[in-house]
Amino acid sequence: MTTKSTAASVRFQSVVKAFGEVVAVRDLNFTIEPGSLVTLLGPSGCGKTTTLRLIAGLEMSTSGKILIGALEVTKLPASERDVCMVFQSYALFPHMTVLENVAYGLSVSGMPKAEAHAKAEQQLALVGLKGFGARLPSELSGGQQQRVAVARALILEPEVLLFDEPLSNLDAKLRRHVRQEICDLQRSLGLTTVYVTHDQEEALAVSDRIIVMRNAEIAQTGTPHELYEEPADLFVADFIGDANVVTGEIKALDGALAVVDIGGVERRLPHRGLPPGEVDVAIRPEAIHLSRERVDDSLSGTVSKATYLGSHLEYSVETPLGELFVIDHRVDGFAPPGTTVSVVMADRGVTLVGSG
Amino acid sequence: MRRSVVLWLAVGWVGLAVLPWYAIEDGFWNFAWLDSYPVDSDVGPALLQGLGHGRWWLLPVCLALAAPLGILGRWKTDPWFAAVLLMAGGFGLAYTLAQGFAIGIRGWEFEALETAFGELGDRQFGMGYGAVLVCGAFLFFLTEGIAARGAIKGDVFVVGSIGLVIALVAAFIFFPITRILISAVQDNDENFAPALFFTKLFSGDIWGLECLTANLTCGVAWNSLFMAILVGAGTTAMGLAFALIATRTGFRAKKLLRVLTVLPIITPPFVIGLAVILLFGRSGAVSTFLEWAFAIEPSRWIYGLPGIWLAQMLAFTPIAFLVLIGVVEGISPAMEEAAITLRADTWRTFVTVSLPLMRPGLANAFLLGFIESLADFGNPMVLGGDYDVLSIEIFFAIVGAQHDQSRAAVLAIVLLAFTLSAFYAQRRWLGRKSYATITGKGDSGLHMHLPRRLKILSYGTALPWAALTAVIYCTIMFGGFVESWGRDHGFTLRHYLEAFSVTTGAHGLVWSGAAWNSFWTTLEIAAISAPLTAGIGLLTAYILVRQRFVGKDAFEFGTMLSFAIPGTVIGIGYILAFNVPPIELTGTGVILVICFMFRNMPVGVRAGIAAMSQIDQSLDEASLTLGARSFTTLRKIVLPLLRPAIIAALVFSFVRAMTAISAVIFLVSANYDMATSYILGRVENSDFGLAIAYSSVLILVMLCAIVLIQVAVGQRRLGRRGAQQFGLEGSTG
Repeated sequence: MTTKSTAASVRFQSVVKAFGEVVAVRDLNFTIEPGSLVTLLGPSGCGKTTTLRLIAGLEMSTSGKILIGALEVTKLPASERDVCMVFQSYALFPHMTVLENVAYGLSVSGMPKAEAHAKAEQQLALVGLKGFGARLPSELSGGQQQRVAVARALILEPEVLLFDEPLSNLDAKLRRHVRQEICDLQRSLGLTTVYVTHDQEEALAVSDRIIVMRNAEIAQTGTPHELYEEPADLFVADFIGDANVVTGEIKALDGALAVVDIGGVERRLPHRGLPPGEVDVAIRPEAIHLSRERVDDSLSGTVSKATYLGSHLEYSVETPLGELFVIDHRVDGFAPPGTTVSVVMADRGVTLVGSG
Repeated sequence: MRRSVVLWLAVGWVGLAVLPWYAIEDGFWNFAWLDSYPVDSDVGPALLQGLGHGRWWLLPVCLALAAPLGILGRWKTDPWFAAVLLMAGGFGLAYTLAQGFAIGIRGWEFEALETAFGELGDRQFGMGYGAVLVCGAFLFFLTEGIAARGAIKGDVFVVGSIGLVIALVAAFIFFPITRILISAVQDNDENFAPALFFTKLFSGDIWGLECLTANLTCGVAWNSLFMAILVGAGTTAMGLAFALIATRTGFRAKKLLRVLTVLPIITPPFVIGLAVILLFGRSGAVSTFLEWAFAIEPSRWIYGLPGIWLAQMLAFTPIAFLVLIGVVEGISPAMEEAAITLRADTWRTFVTVSLPLMRPGLANAFLLGFIESLADFGNPMVLGGDYDVLSIEIFFAIVGAQHDQSRAAVLAIVLLAFTLSAFYAQRRWLGRKSYATITGKGDSGLHMHLPRRLKILSYGTALPWAALTAVIYCTIMFGGFVESWGRDHGFTLRHYLEAFSVTTGAHGLVWSGAAWNSFWTTLEIAAISAPLTAGIGLLTAYILVRQRFVGKDAFEFGTMLSFAIPGTVIGIGYILAFNVPPIELTGTGVILVICFMFRNMPVGVRAGIAAMSQIDQSLDEASLTLGARSFTTLRKIVLPLLRPAIIAALVFSFVRAMTAISAVIFLVSANYDMATSYILGRVENSDFGLAIAYSSVLILVMLCAIVLIQVAVGQRRLGRRGAQQFGLEGSTG
């Protein structure tokens, strides 16, 4: 990965944004490294779009400091920040041609028209839309409009590039493709990029780091791997991937590990600073194996629902811990409802996430 | 240092040191003063006045304007930058206004000041070019300072626009209204007299209820209120009948009904009253026919309640129709279809589903009719007879033999209280309660047809009414060609020639007709005020739709308020406020332009709001993040997409300026007579022929204007994609 010379870091220091009584963002602190792609992920209403708009200067923070590179931009209006944004709706100007749209940023900053248009042509070629310049945005398909929006943002070579749910208006197949294109473009240009989405799969696929938000606050920050393997709490465990949450008990601590009793089965797991006593345990659905034979150190359960999904099977299993959701990739071993099974937990994918 | 600060600094100093500080006699565009400039003490700039002519009270203004020179070269993030601008602007504006109010044409305006500073021995006139520029500079220093403090995302243009709109609305709506309130608690020699105020406020001619007990007339307040309720209810019922026919029957001539909605816009309000006289008056066509056929003695029955009611019903039913057709169409057909599939027949569906969904719309239409009726001046003026209503009483209190300014003010307050209550009710109680259920998503389905009995009822009321409207407009169109209505029905062009004759004199064409003078004045004033009205209206709409700031609700209420202020009240307010310094405008054309600007501003605001809500905000935001400032964004993105709304606002303000009468009648002068007041003068002299001829010409001129514009706008819409395309999809997150 190359890091472009203009790419800048983004730093939030105790940033608060309130709309009247409603707090949209509460005491936000984070740093985004130059040239990295960071995703803001969370359910709708968690403050992720507000955070993005705070970076862009489309909202002004109620308190706190925002820095882009070394420059404090807290009170600078959007037009004076070196930041470009790709909007969810693309926001292409309907009364301008594609070329005029792409050249807009250059022409309002005073570049002669001919030069701006020439540069816009190049930019269009870069996103694979050579020859589309004379069309109106409404004459393009959704995917093409999306590329125009990206070209329009890239042409100014901003210090920071922002994406607000850029894939949400595309159909599922196209989404995977465009996702990869954005990723490649970002890597090759080495731009600092902030990306908002509520789709955890999208976030896992594109991000260097993910900031998971909940109720106006950061729930956890980390690489995709860290978030999936070591979720900080129930919310993150459940939001990123699926998780069965069951109650266990920490019997004793042993170095970095804890001896945990989960429904009568004893396991040794990283204790992550938790004290002995009752604890919540997140178990990934693919970390549970079902076996028709009796196995030691397992729970006994009964299949209550079984669904065939081609690439894998999904089971609901009644156990003493409650109903567990299980994904099984061995499609040939279909167990019909009513089957009595042994439930075995794998070593990975079982995490202590604290209590309550 | 921002360029805009330098610009306003320059403007301020030009106003202070170059242009005449005081208003020039003989009008805004008269440049005879250049002869005696700058020595003469009446035309000198403020700097010279302060240093040379002993008008020392102007010197602090220079000080305030000098202060920002000290921050030239500082950055806007520098705390001193904002502080100095805030202080200079705030102090400068406050001081300039204070000295303007404190010293008038008779020296000190307040005794307290006279005792404190001694006799002044000097006087000053209204503010002129110089003072206006300096005030402008102070205002924008203030907003620039506020923006530098980070308000509204630090956007200088938006803060400046908000400041400008607030300043203008304060000066030309709130200041006149305040003057009415002050005048009401004073006697006619401007002494404070609260006791007199209460005597006048609760007097029998306003609140008397004698009509209930004896054969006498009630107080004007009750008369007005009673009339307004009758008209509100009547227009709502009639409007509903038309709306139902237009949307829920197979009626063939639906397009004709749409034409009906254009009529009140292009008809000066009292013209309907005039036509009613020509039909039902003592020598009216219908009365003459009844006498001939049934030997019914013609009488003056039409003058009074029946006449005013009839005229107002004819004039305002189309407004109710316009409101209700939107409401009736806005109810999702799916609701009705759901009710029908649940086994309700069409009558039950209408009564239990459709009608309740229309309820807010009906209340809205009623309140509009109510306000229009209270504010109407022209119809009661020509048809009132002995039936006194508030708007007329106000007029006669000022211009009549009584010349009782404070009584006029008291009556104005009563009238204002009625209309404002209705306006307030409409906004607070109905504003958010809309059941319009059509969304952008395709909501297929057809409106059900009306149940039979309702259909009969609607046709039974609406069609005769439409016929009557048609007869009325025929009367207006043909009345001008009749020698003397009711007596001699011979064809003549006499009235048209008298009004609009053109002769060739020694120096070419001579506009010798009696009406030309007021006709050209009207066109000129309307043409000047239309772009200004549209401009301030759309700017206000932009602020309301696109910006969030503290006090936005109050801002919105203030800008829409003038809709609820009856023209007569505005007229009184303008006379009271702008007859004396510091803002001296009566007798000029400027006061007419300003009056139209602020009376018609809500039209522009509404057109702007409707159109701007269709344009996705992310378009503006995209432009901002691409480095365009908000002014560039407004110019390059918002305005091009708003073109239809701009044209609509232009047409409406132009046409409304041509048809207005109520405020105008107070503000016209010999030099600036308007068509409507000229016509009304003719009606008062019973010169109906010329009045009706002139009215029909006005209507035709406006009809042409509207049709031309409609054609232009229509073509644009065909040429490119429809307006919906601009909306794209909203984003949330």
